[in-house]
Amino acid sequence: MARSIAFREALREAMNEEMRRDDRVFLMGEEVAEYNGAYKVSQGMLAEFGPKRVIDTPISELGFTAVGVGAAQNGLRPIVEYMTWNFAVLALDQILNTASKMLAMSGGQVSCPIVFRGGNGSAGQLGAQHSTAFEAMYANIPGIKVVSPSNGYDAKGLLKQAIRYEEDPVMFMESEQMYGDKSEVPDEEYYIELGKADVKKQGKDVTIVSFNKMMKVALGAAAELEKENISAEVIDLRTIRPLDWQTILESVKKTNRLVIVEEQWPFASISSEITYRIQKEGFDYLDAPIRRITAADAPLHYAPNLVAAALPDVARTVKLVKEVMYQAK
Amino acid sequence: MPFKPVNFKSVTRRLKLHSFPYFCGSNFNPLATKFSKETYLYWYELMQLIRQFELMSEEKYKMDGKIRGFYHAYIGQEAIAAGCMTGTRPEDLFITSYRDHGLAIAKGVSVNSCMAELYGKATGCAKGKGGSMHFFGKDVNFYGGHGIVGAQIGTGAGLAFAEQYRDTDNVVLCYFGDGAARQGILHETFNLAMLWKLPVIFICENNNYAMGTSVERTSNVVDIYKLADAYEMPADTVDGMSAEAVHESVGRAVKRAREKGGPTLLEIKTYRYKGHSISDPQKYRTKEEVDEYKDKDPIQQVRKTILDNKFATEKEITAIDKRVYDIVVESVKFAEESPWPDDDEVLKDVYMDKNYPFIVD
Repeated sequence: MARSIAFREALREAMNEEMRRDDRVFLMGEEVAEYNGAYKVSQGMLAEFGPKRVIDTPISELGFTAVGVGAAQNGLRPIVEYMTWNFAVLALDQILNTASKMLAMSGGQVSCPIVFRGGNGSAGQLGAQHSTAFEAMYANIPGIKVVSPSNGYDAKGLLKQAIRYEEDPVMFMESEQMYGDKSEVPDEEYYIELGKADVKKQGKDVTIVSFNKMMKVALGAAAELEKENISAEVIDLRTIRPLDWQTILESVKKTNRLVIVEEQWPFASISSEITYRIQKEGFDYLDAPIRRITAADAPLHYAPNLVAAALPDVARTVKLVKEVMYQAK
Repeated sequence: MPFKPVNFKSVTRRLKLHSFPYFCGSNFNPLATKFSKETYLYWYELMQLIRQFELMSEEKYKMDGKIRGFYHAYIGQEAIAAGCMTGTRPEDLFITSYRDHGLAIAKGVSVNSCMAELYGKATGCAKGKGGSMHFFGKDVNFYGGHGIVGAQIGTGAGLAFAEQYRDTDNVVLCYFGDGAARQGILHETFNLAMLWKLPVIFICENNNYAMGTSVERTSNVVDIYKLADAYEMPADTVDGMSAEAVHESVGRAVKRAREKGGPTLLEIKTYRYKGHSISDPQKYRTKEEVDEYKDKDPIQQVRKTILDNKFATEKEITAIDKRVYDIVVESVKFAEESPWPDDDEVLKDVYMDKNYPFIVD
């Protein structure tokens, strides 16, 4: 049996199930307990697990991140929620200099099994400081893993996997704009392995790669292209680091064309890395330059037309695909 | 009663086994001012071991060039390590800054593995991956030397959070310097530690200089213990040249933490005889200032107490010195004869995930 539940409920089920299974797992963050979550992801968790395991923190990202990291190093399995990843920048020292490096610095003695999660990227007219997509920045860091799901089904399976089986720090990137999205989730328990992309739509003419909420743009563009008899294969990365480039390469071997849609800033982005990898591994299979649509190379402004102009959309993706098909007018 | 030399195969082994006398067990009286002969001899031997280790490794750094990187000596601050060791139990956790050699040795990380780490050898306490600033000994609850000033204040509170979560009565001793007291993480952590009554003792080893900047030049508030006031955290100032004073203040703080009374800030006033790091010309202070502190040298103070109380004779103390020196010499030999890490260690200990698909080209 499957149920249609919201993305936020899928995340909540993942945390609830893992917390019921393992006493070492706890949730901390701003407004996660008594307020039931700034975005209601953790609704009802305080009532079930009590204040020892569902912990409200002051607005103190560096401090509570450090406590989470230390707790993970000392045998617990924390879930640290950020109201948005934009605020986690204050805690970057603990993530980059402590969580990601301590296993190496200690010669393998001190590990850090911790999940950091929260909304990421733009979410409407929030202004520049609440709108950054951080996948590329974190994916640059050895020692951590980066997950960025596009739907509730994947989110649940990936989050459960991260909490239960990952012994390394996991950055789990959600989206405020997806928390209400519905998806089919089975009643049965399931896990999704990190590092595996998902081919969401089969196609033969061009490969479109995306992740997180930009998957809506990728799939929307593919549907438009279908009307014009262009068959796009759409791949959802799901995990950013490690990157499942083999799935992309297999697709490109078939389509010979690749377009990447992402919300990152362009410089040293996920598309930059994919482009390097595919030109190296699949040079002879490419019939056109690899192209991409990223967020504009600028802070995200407030006005609605400026937001729209700065972010990838279906129309520009369709146009770009036609360019790599050499069908642009 | 005639003094009988403690018959240990080596201090390294002894420290590892934690077979020295503890005063902080369930019957511990934190206000005790009488310390036993064994306590003083343990303090003396430990402090000498730390000092001789530092002197030897500094020589190897400067003369032979076999030790590289940023190197921060603990010389002058040994009484803190000594007093903290007798004021705690082996189960208690230590976490500190990059000035970590003394506390690592005190906690029981073997001297051989410490020296090998300085040499960058595979037998080092972090497999040659950490260096001077990053000694680790998780098996003896030494959670490392941390290189970002102040970062371990927060991480240390996290270690304490886990002890509280598991409902143990272990405590965390979280060390940092006076420079770190000006970092934001200190304030966030103090707030959380008091909010949640975490079993952590914040130990500010105030050696009066944040690299080359004296405490007076870093803040309007020069008494660092007063920073605890804003969070209503108990705090104390301690003479860091006295192992007895350190033991007593740590004992009080540890007792409070074990009894779920929450954290304490101890500002332990100490003095590093050496520069901030090995490359520091120390133009910011006078030779007279350094000499003044050397007159209060913690090792000499303990030595005097031992002799005054006839806990040991000059000859017996010399025998301890010799034993310590031999351990340090042996550690150099061990480090020099140890192999470098294999080149393929580059991609090991980066992930717990043994199948992580690294990008290699």
